[in-house]
Amino acid sequence: MDLKELYRDVILDHNRHPRNFGRIEAADSRADGHNPLCGDRLSVFVVLDGERVADIRFEGRGCAISTASASLMTEAVKGKDRTAIRELFDKVHALLTRPETAADGALGKLAALSGVREFPVRVKCASLCWHTLNAALEHGAATISTE
Amino acid sequence: MAANVLLAAPPPFDAERVRRDFPILDTRVNGHALVYLDSAASSQRPLAVLRAVEDYETHSHANVHRGVHALSQAATAAYEGARERVRRFINARSTREIIFVRGTTEAINLVAQAWARPRLRGGDEILISALEHHANIVPWQMVCEQTGCTLKVAPINRRGELRLEEFHTLLGPRTRLVAVAHVSNALGTVLPVKGIIEAAHAHGALVLIDGAQAVPHSRLDVRALGADFYAFSGHKLYGPTGIGVLYGREELLAAMPPWQGGGDMILTVSFEKTTYNELPWKFEAGTPNMSGAVGLAAAMDYLEGLGVEAIAAHEQRLLQLATAELARLPQLEIIGTAAHKASVLSFTMKGVHPHDLGTILDAEGVAVRTGHHCAMPVMTFFGLPATARASFGCYNTERDVARLVQALGKAREVFA
Repeated sequence: MDLKELYRDVILDHNRHPRNFGRIEAADSRADGHNPLCGDRLSVFVVLDGERVADIRFEGRGCAISTASASLMTEAVKGKDRTAIRELFDKVHALLTRPETAADGALGKLAALSGVREFPVRVKCASLCWHTLNAALEHGAATISTE
Repeated sequence: MAANVLLAAPPPFDAERVRRDFPILDTRVNGHALVYLDSAASSQRPLAVLRAVEDYETHSHANVHRGVHALSQAATAAYEGARERVRRFINARSTREIIFVRGTTEAINLVAQAWARPRLRGGDEILISALEHHANIVPWQMVCEQTGCTLKVAPINRRGELRLEEFHTLLGPRTRLVAVAHVSNALGTVLPVKGIIEAAHAHGALVLIDGAQAVPHSRLDVRALGADFYAFSGHKLYGPTGIGVLYGREELLAAMPPWQGGGDMILTVSFEKTTYNELPWKFEAGTPNMSGAVGLAAAMDYLEGLGVEAIAAHEQRLLQLATAELARLPQLEIIGTAAHKASVLSFTMKGVHPHDLGTILDAEGVAVRTGHHCAMPVMTFFGLPATARASFGCYNTERDVARLVQALGKAREVFA
């Protein structure tokens, strides 16, 4: 069990200085995510340009894994369309849950999350933001729970 | 003379010897010797409990209160013997006052549904504290929905102590029941339950004490305390899971309707009329948890063998040591600084979320609880999503405190 695999520099940096942090008052869609296990809460705000996510921000409080994952996600999906985001989500999900998965080149900085799979109770921390974004894109306003 | 004084002094508490009674403490976690600091969530069981359960299952098991055959008689004797053991442990008047339940949660729900629900109505009030575990909040909210009565909450101060002045203001002629923790699970605060009970009784209200966190750390004498209902769990008392106790004063229990129907809780059944069994079986529908009761009785034997007061004194030494050590760590804040605490230490580290703290401590072999501790209103009061919580039991040592401090240093390093 290697803590350095979990808390890589990229994760610690995005935890300390989360990118795209804050609200978008004129968002086209928002969703709230909640992990009752640890009390993590986050909200995702999306501005859409047709099928494309033109802008995205998040706010909330959570552990380093959930904050860094959300920060990395906002950087990765900004400018992408729904289909590309869904594909990316599938790749992140595989990275977090399947031990044999090699990091896909398309993941970029998101590959830093690969250490999470050695810590099964923490997978939900990393995936909460993705489920929340998914809710914002699919249903508009909703509260997503990891439980 | 000097020799007499020496003989009269209690023997020092030997936690190292106690540890040898708990085989699970030899577990290695992530390459480290386990440091178990989560007894407030569930304590470990000594060999005496494991063997008592095994012995019951191997030699005495059959259904209770039913057969004339030898094993059924042995099982009944073991189960009812365990009830008598519990009666002595808490100094109840009669075994009719000892109801076996699954745990504290079920005990509170029993009182909510069998005492409060048939009696309370709009205008009546139930008074709890802001320190309560969800198990001592939600059952009363359900009763309020069912009856139209109102839930009142006595506030706490920044140290995590009940604000007694406000408590007394909230206690009034409408108060029918006061339901409070003896010890806060999230912060370790010991509540002044004796005074609370006396004040409530002066207003004609009954009192239920949630003793889940208190019974492992202090001698309980329900008669001296004067509680009307007292609930606790076996698995926080070095006993098995799935067994707990509701103590209730006999005249109250006798006047309450059963809350679950089924076998064992009846005397006669016909389609026209069923007569209910006597206390305590009236509240124990279905086949009970016999091996759990036997294990709980063995845990009580074990605890009295060590000395409940001696354990409490040992835990207080550890609590004071850990409090002093953690207070010295930079950017660490202890949450819950009541003057009177049981051996529960809740804390946060600046810049490190409790969930990350829990993972890092676990990687170092140190088991603590992280989260809201099923006491979300307490977390909300302190403006925190969660805390980390170390809790100490009879088998913890100064070495465990040192390992906790060391692991917290590691967390500081990772999040430097």
